[in-house]
Amino acid sequence: MSNIDSKIPEGPLAEKWSRHKAAIRVVSPANKRKLDIIVVGTGLAGASAAASLGELGYNVKAFCYQDSPRRAHSIAAQGGINAAKNYQNDNDSVYRLFYDTIKGGDYRSREANVHRLAEVSPNIIDQCVAQGVPFAREYGGNLANRSFGGVLVSRTFYARGQTGQQLLLGAYSALNRQIDAGSVEIFARHEMLDVVVIDGKARGIVARDLTNGEVKRFGAHAVVLATGGYGNVFFLSTNAMGCNGSAAWQAYKRGAYFSNPCYVQIHPTCIPVHGSQQSKLTLMSESLRNDGRVWVPKKKEDAERLRKGEISANDIKDEDRDFYLERRYPSYGNLVPRDVASRAAKERCDAGFGVNAEGKAVFLDFKYAIERLGRDTIEKRYGNLFQMYEKITDVNPYENPMQIYPAIHYAMGGTWVDYNLMTSVPGLYSIGEANFSDHGANRLGASALMQGLADGYFILPYTIGDYLAGEIMVPKIDTNAPEFEEAEKNVTGRLEKLYNIKGDQPVDYFHKKLGHIMWEYVGMSRNEEGLKKAIEEIAELKKEFWSNVRIPGEMNNINPELEKAGRLADFIDIGDLMARDALNRNESCGGHFREESVTEDGEAKRNDEIGCYASAWEFQGEDKEPVMHREELVFENVKLTQRSYK
Amino acid sequence: MADKILKKIYVKVWRQNNPSDKGRFETYEVENISQGSSFLEMIDILNDQLIREGKDPIAFDHDCREGICGMCSMYINGHAHGPDSEITTCQLHMRKFEDGETITVEPWRAGAFPVIKDLIVDRVAFDKIQQAGGYVSVNTGGVPDGNTIPIAQVDAEEAMDAAACIGCGACVATCKNSSAMLFVAAKVSQFAKLPQGKVEAKRRAKAMVAKMDELGFGGCTNTGACELACPKNISISHIARLNREYLKAKFSD
Ligand SMILES: Cc1cc2nc3c(=O)[nH]c(=O)nc-3n(C[C@H](O)[C@H](O)[C@H](O)COP(=O)(O)OP(=O)(O)OC[C@H]3O[C@@H](n4cnc5c(N)ncnc54)[C@H](O)[C@@H]3O)c2cc1C
Ligand code: FES
Repeated sequence: MSNIDSKIPEGPLAEKWSRHKAAIRVVSPANKRKLDIIVVGTGLAGASAAASLGELGYNVKAFCYQDSPRRAHSIAAQGGINAAKNYQNDNDSVYRLFYDTIKGGDYRSREANVHRLAEVSPNIIDQCVAQGVPFAREYGGNLANRSFGGVLVSRTFYARGQTGQQLLLGAYSALNRQIDAGSVEIFARHEMLDVVVIDGKARGIVARDLTNGEVKRFGAHAVVLATGGYGNVFFLSTNAMGCNGSAAWQAYKRGAYFSNPCYVQIHPTCIPVHGSQQSKLTLMSESLRNDGRVWVPKKKEDAERLRKGEISANDIKDEDRDFYLERRYPSYGNLVPRDVASRAAKERCDAGFGVNAEGKAVFLDFKYAIERLGRDTIEKRYGNLFQMYEKITDVNPYENPMQIYPAIHYAMGGTWVDYNLMTSVPGLYSIGEANFSDHGANRLGASALMQGLADGYFILPYTIGDYLAGEIMVPKIDTNAPEFEEAEKNVTGRLEKLYNIKGDQPVDYFHKKLGHIMWEYVGMSRNEEGLKKAIEEIAELKKEFWSNVRIPGEMNNINPELEKAGRLADFIDIGDLMARDALNRNESCGGHFREESVTEDGEAKRNDEIGCYASAWEFQGEDKEPVMHREELVFENVKLTQRSYK
Repeated sequence: MADKILKKIYVKVWRQNNPSDKGRFETYEVENISQGSSFLEMIDILNDQLIREGKDPIAFDHDCREGICGMCSMYINGHAHGPDSEITTCQLHMRKFEDGETITVEPWRAGAFPVIKDLIVDRVAFDKIQQAGGYVSVNTGGVPDGNTIPIAQVDAEEAMDAAACIGCGACVATCKNSSAMLFVAAKVSQFAKLPQGKVEAKRRAKAMVAKMDELGFGGCTNTGACELACPKNISISHIARLNREYLKAKFSD
């Protein structure tokens, strides 16, 4: 039974947001000055929210674990940001962006949220232009667009291959302006380690100053989490080293439901793992698939000789190459969506056709495009990516095909939020990648940046006012309250416990182990037996970690190993919940592929009879089985169809 | 292609437990490093070794490991970000080193960037300079349609060249005067190239330069070292533009 209230407004889809805005309460300027808001995270979502809330007159405190808000992981996004501007006159519209996002998400997201996202998307571009973001331009001076996977129109705005950087620097500049004006106070190198809930409402956080280990209390009338995704559960991913799920996990332990943890996105074009010393995977832009052809050898002997280094790709004749995407998906070919391309690569490598020493890579070949278009054209299009590839691998992609392999990239799951972006704890909000809201079971390219900025600039600043209008009589939050005391004890207790284990193995040893379990059983392809095994193995790993981790250094000094240990402790628990969620969802949809739910020719098979829900997991206590609530997804405006790329 | 293995290297690294500690070099041996590994992966391996020996691992800043967040910051063998061009520390690979080599690793050294621990320095001064004026004063909402402000492609591209700065601080670390001119110039120049930035151009140039001076960065004597060290290839021609903007602002006082 669904006991979940997602607070979707009444009325026709296209009018829900404007009707809702008209109906919700607004706080007067004089009262805004009396209200404190904490924003944890300064990526696109957090920086845009903190700046906008500061402009409105609230007192804002913003937190990030890096040394500067400008370094949040959003900085690394390359490709671009979508918006339904229809500048190209190719019949794009709010409805089309809405529809593409719902379909791309394999019909597992909320119609009302996605429509609102599409509605505000044009404002984002205007806002960023006004801030001085140097988007790419046409000769005539207008904004340029490019196309991205899975859609038929050209609606992606970009700033070279550094779109995330430029958008974040735009939001960072707006944030800086508010810091200068005194409405936002910034706490960099601070890590939030607990949420404080008083009488059922979020009233503050406990954070550790990473430079000296001091654990501090911060009170506020509302708390916003903008802490990004949990992809680093897998150890190796395209996420930055510090990306974590800890803030969302602490919120979960304080009563905020966690939604759809099993939905993670695997990106097909990453530079493969080399050896066992690797710490991080590098994404090669999706755009490369426009001109590169993906292949492996047809003959196993060739693959074996490639792995041993006896021959190289160019020794294999065209007729001995298996362009497996073109073979399996003649109509979309190399441009099938991310999840399909990733699974197909894994299938070939598992069957013994992988091309690098580890047997875990396929070729992405530009030879054909260079023959067709000339080297100059390819260099203009992808020069910087080719250079980056060569710096990392020492292989020149103009002469030899690139090697690529899928890697974890994005978390669609996250903290459950209602239409107002509020979690199941009143006064606690979650925005950006940290929440679960808009991408269903699969995210389209260039839509994460859109969602982060939509949440931060144009949605949260309205919806949070509705809640805060009821809080204007609440005085400054007293951080001496027993709940703060308890939260601080909880934090220091846990840190001391970790520090005092004094075992034999560094944190990464356990993190790599967790990564293996997750990749093996909760990765690209999942089945009941494997998932049950994962739950068991994670439980064992958890015991081992809590009895044998070794943390060097001092508690009251900068101590990266202690930080990592805390994050890993939470990743272990998140991994367990991911496996449970995946086990529960006995269908294949988007990034979640269950081997039990496939069509006759082995493609993913969605099952709307059982799968049309968003899970919302409720914490029941340490080492107790969590309870899953279901938010039923109702589709009134689109017809559910099976995706086909054949 | 199989990567060569470096059988043994020596890492001579700056150790300083806290801001008031005097600090010193220590040398560690690391064995069997694949040349395909990144420099930071080599440090990870060294740290793993130190932890297992019961020692304190080397503290260093890093996050994206893709050359874009600007967090990594090591001065390696006398070069900011090490002996390769147009890259950050995290993009440096062990191919650039020889078997048996001693590699010297230091933090950024500049008065305005005090050491916090080992190779980690405090770069808050950079944020403060940006807070002094590195923005266009627009609130969220109420802005015109993006295409009502046409911008010539060359201008947008030039603004982007400047905006590519990742704020790592290599320019300051390299400069014998510890000047932050290239950093400030990149922001001022980005906005100088765009109509959105023109309105506040004078205030911005003055405020950012004043803040830079106040925070103890040195003056620019045009040595050009910053440009060479910059992982994003930001040209010193932006400094010339900053100077013009600054003088314009001063003369109109
Ligand atoms: C390599 C790469 C390329 C991508 N390219 C694209 C693209 O082209 N288009 C697109 O739309 N999307 C892209 N994405 C996805 C997109 O970049 C992210 O989903 C998005 O930027 C997330 O933004 P965010 O604000 O939610 O979180 P983040 O940018 O991850 O910010 C998280 C913030 O939270 C802080 N934080 C986290 N935990 C804590 C804590 N406990 N205490 C204090 N602070 C904390 C961090 O310091 C940081 O400030 C890409 C992702 C990757 C990895
Ligand atoms: S770690 Fe981000 S630039 Fe090096």
